[in-house]
Amino acid sequence: MISRWLVDRWVTGVALLVLGYLLLPIAVVAALSFNRPSSRLSYDFAEFTLDNWRNPCATSDMCDAVLRSVQIGFIATVLATVLGTLMAFALARHRFRGRSAINVLIFLPMATPELVMGTSLLALFVSAGVPQGFWSIVVAHVTFCVSFVVVTVRARLAGMDSRLEEAAMDLYASEWQTFRRVTLPLALPGIVAAALLAFSLSFDDFIVTNFNAGTTVTFPMYVWGAAQRGIPPQVNVVGTAMFVLALLLVLATTLRGRRTRRTS
Amino acid sequence: MSGMVGTTAGREGPAGDLRLANLTKRFGAVTAVDDLSLTVPQGSFFALLGPSGCGKTTTLRMIAGLEEPTGGQVLLGERDVTRLRPYKRPVNTVFQSYALFPHLDVFENVAFGLRRRGIRSVDDEVMGMLALVQLDDHGHRRPAQLSGGQQQRVALARALVNRPQVLLLDEPLGALDLTLRRRMQLELKRIQAEVGSTFVHVTHDQEEAMTMADTVAVLNVGRIEQLGAPADLYEYPATAFVANFLGQSNLLTGEASGGGGNEVAVSAHGRRFSVPAGRARVDRGPVHLGVRPEKLHLVDSADQVPAGCQHVAGVVTDAAYVGVSTQYLLRTGWGGELTAFVANSGATGPLPVGARAVAYWDPRHAFLLSREPGDAHLSTPARNEPVGTPS
Repeated sequence: MISRWLVDRWVTGVALLVLGYLLLPIAVVAALSFNRPSSRLSYDFAEFTLDNWRNPCATSDMCDAVLRSVQIGFIATVLATVLGTLMAFALARHRFRGRSAINVLIFLPMATPELVMGTSLLALFVSAGVPQGFWSIVVAHVTFCVSFVVVTVRARLAGMDSRLEEAAMDLYASEWQTFRRVTLPLALPGIVAAALLAFSLSFDDFIVTNFNAGTTVTFPMYVWGAAQRGIPPQVNVVGTAMFVLALLLVLATTLRGRRTRRTS
Repeated sequence: MSGMVGTTAGREGPAGDLRLANLTKRFGAVTAVDDLSLTVPQGSFFALLGPSGCGKTTTLRMIAGLEEPTGGQVLLGERDVTRLRPYKRPVNTVFQSYALFPHLDVFENVAFGLRRRGIRSVDDEVMGMLALVQLDDHGHRRPAQLSGGQQQRVALARALVNRPQVLLLDEPLGALDLTLRRRMQLELKRIQAEVGSTFVHVTHDQEEAMTMADTVAVLNVGRIEQLGAPADLYEYPATAFVANFLGQSNLLTGEASGGGGNEVAVSAHGRRFSVPAGRARVDRGPVHLGVRPEKLHLVDSADQVPAGCQHVAGVVTDAAYVGVSTQYLLRTGWGGELTAFVANSGATGPLPVGARAVAYWDPRHAFLLSREPGDAHLSTPARNEPVGTPS
């Protein structure tokens, strides 16, 4: 009987173990965000406090870095999503010379080690005389985000029935109306997923950014620098907040999907 | 936006037949539709019937504007719509796969065409149309939540709500099971009578074409083999292809030698037959003498054959009981095979396999088709040939 009970539950047990393994670092960060460390270089949980959450910008340069990372992430996401979506449409819907070559080339930025990408971008910027800073980081981020957007949106388009567009045209929708009323709404989940992916890639990029930042400091660079002289507990606040935000987004999408399925 | 879509033309526009004039479509070296000309009278139910790859769907797509013809014209009444974009034609399509918009509910799917033409109050028309297809309480469902038959009716309502001058149906019943298909056939007929639009129905199912359409055009490799009322096509086919695509036929290979007056004399396999001149497509040269299997009657010996009938003797090689009738296979003296459907009316007892039998027919039920010299393989339709039954 005992063995039967074990057999029935071992998949659940293993799943829980794996989940725990994945979530443990996040749990530590979340716990440390409530910590009042005994010294700057201590990572031990000394005393519970809400001070870090009440006062996330106690170290002002950290908040500047977070804000800068959000700005870069936002601009890079918009640019990469627009460019990548247009490219995905071209690749999924049209036959043209060099199409298969582009399909291969689009994977290159994803396959290239970030180190190589960072150094080559640095060489490019320096030789072209582009000043290092906010905008060079944006350009660098767009470069690697575009590939992910193209791949994500193209996958969504590939699963779409092109006869739906014919049906729309048959039902008096002009080319633009067809795009606006049928193609775009159907492709939108893919585009949103691509944008979220692009933002998270941009927000936490360190290697490429480090090569091209000049004197600009993004959040990952700030954390890296701070680690040398003791990480302020507020970093854990930002980390936890980002995680909770992502979690809420996922939950909201799931719930919305479930509700539309039930009501409709 | 509505201004550019001829709203009035689609609604109470001038009476107009659909005319295809020398319509041709080539895909590279392949000619899908070859110099097709036909007229579909306004308000009629027209079927384009043919095997897959005969060009019937391409023809439909050219009428809808989804495919540009290589040559020829599509005319609605006096208006040439050949080069018009699909959204500028008073023509709507029910697609084979329905192509319902998955992100819109049933109501919005049906309202789509009305809204694109800038009509603001769509509720009455959409609900009326949903009532017509008996889906008025499903307006808020998504297409994925409907059964195949319900999706099919939404697709129909979505097209019909626009009161198109011509409604195109691209094998819309192909995905449904047999009982549902029968019901939808009747329903389509009813709806067509109610709305009065011209229906052009593409199908490979000869039974569907015959039960629904006023006029059937049989298409083969991009050309019309025969066009006419279902009964005319069945009773007096024009070509061997039609004779075997529309139901089954026994075709005897022979030579016609003309003959005086009302009869055409035929010699086939060393026997002499005759066919009324009115049922002969040719009166001399190589021919197929055709008789439908249900027009063949079986008796035990030649002296039981009624006067005026013609007969062939043979041996029963197979008897398949199919309820209303028994389908016999008769091997003739020259090695050919004849198929005979005998109604199980109880008038005659069943014939055992191996029995000698005589098949006779009234010459007024036979027909004579021209035959390419040397083309004899059609004389014995194989038993399992999927003639008359959709695959």
